[in-house]
Amino acid sequence: MSDKTMNLTLKIWRQKDAKSKGKMETYPVTGISEHMSFLEMLDVLNEQLVVEGKEPVEFDHDCREGICGMCSLHINGEAHGPDRRVTTCQLHMRMFKDGETIYIEPFRAKGFPVVKDLVVDRSAFDRIQHAGGFVSVNTSGNTIDANAIPVPKDDADEAFNAATCIGCGACVASCKNASAMLFVSAKVSQFSLLPQGKVEAKDRVMKMVKQMDLEGFGNCTNTGACEVECPKGISLDNIARMNREYLKASLK
Amino acid sequence: MKTSIARKVLMALSGFFLIVFLLQHFIINFTSVFGHGETFNSLSHFMGTSPMVQFVAQPILIFGVIFHLAMGMYLEAQNNKARNVKYVMNKPGENASWMSRNMIITGVMILLFLGLHFYDFWIPEIKTKFIDGDMSGALNGVEGTRYFHELQHKFVDVWRVIIYCLSFVFLSLHLLHGFQSAFQSVGFRNHKYLPTIKKLGNLYAVLIPAGFIFIALFHYLTQL
Repeated sequence: MSDKTMNLTLKIWRQKDAKSKGKMETYPVTGISEHMSFLEMLDVLNEQLVVEGKEPVEFDHDCREGICGMCSLHINGEAHGPDRRVTTCQLHMRMFKDGETIYIEPFRAKGFPVVKDLVVDRSAFDRIQHAGGFVSVNTSGNTIDANAIPVPKDDADEAFNAATCIGCGACVASCKNASAMLFVSAKVSQFSLLPQGKVEAKDRVMKMVKQMDLEGFGNCTNTGACEVECPKGISLDNIARMNREYLKASLK
Repeated sequence: MKTSIARKVLMALSGFFLIVFLLQHFIINFTSVFGHGETFNSLSHFMGTSPMVQFVAQPILIFGVIFHLAMGMYLEAQNNKARNVKYVMNKPGENASWMSRNMIITGVMILLFLGLHFYDFWIPEIKTKFIDGDMSGALNGVEGTRYFHELQHKFVDVWRVIIYCLSFVFLSLHLLHGFQSAFQSVGFRNHKYLPTIKKLGNLYAVLIPAGFIFIALFHYLTQL
């Protein structure tokens, strides 16, 4: 296996804290292996910065397996970078060329305020979930057999597809309106397709949409950018489903 | 009107209404290329003098146009606020079409065209009928025949023809996104009928504006 290395120029958004004004700063990095993940490349930069006695760049990360939804970053003009169906932690440096300049910015949205450098506060998504992204199930007493309620295979598959949303916020970051509709629609869909979710269907969609608007996200204009940039390939079908759910709930 | 989904549904419904209006406008205009505009004259006379069209359909249409425009601009302003700090490097072309990202530009161009179009046809129509009180539609004493003449008269000026044709290109770009987007907004979408809606939308967005361009050019060229 070849092991090409590359030298890069990084232009990174640096911001001391939420209140400070940020700016782009330039950092050269050398000897980056093409097999490194993007976050490993940033680790190399940070080690270099620490050695130089400078403040390392703050960025969000956790599992580094593409499943937790913690990593973010707007890389060279796209959420999670130029690759498709991957999170930043699964983006490899082979996607870049030796000598390239890479722009790294935080996800930008009024609903995602910057905490520091590349870290943004995505707790708006938590509040939307708290507003209605759940089913009320009595967990005391006897456990109910999961297969006691029959679910058509197609519905189960679609609900599962919606449930693969990791809540990273790439949809908001990519949308020209900073709309959170793809995320909210996935969280509405994963329940609305299943019998267990039907009980609270009306309240769920109304409350979650209300909270989404309160958080300051923009309006969806169906550009489809969210679907393209979503690392889990969440479909626009979910937004259409949420629109139907919302219309149904408002007419009831 | 209170939530983002309610607003997008209303935007879509007014869009559907305008799509249907545009189709009937095209059909009537298209009759002007046949014969000496006899069918065009009789249809225009009917539309111009029918109380149902003038006092029921026309106010609804004007409301629909104003609502669609005002809501479009309001949403644009709100959406701009939703990203208060812009990206230094952004590649929106990588994930969304130009048409879908620039509905406000194509929309404003259509609005400017509507200004000219109202100045050309609607204002003189209202003046003749409701200020001068002439409901006869008469040309040289023959009732209901002035419409074809007025239409032809407008397409003598080459600059007007060019502006009309360019406006129809903007209309086409607007419809290329707007048609399918309206279906998505009202929740009418799934993998079974999405390809059909997209094809139908593209067909409508190309054929109707192309038809209007044909009509404008036809009248210009036949009067050279």
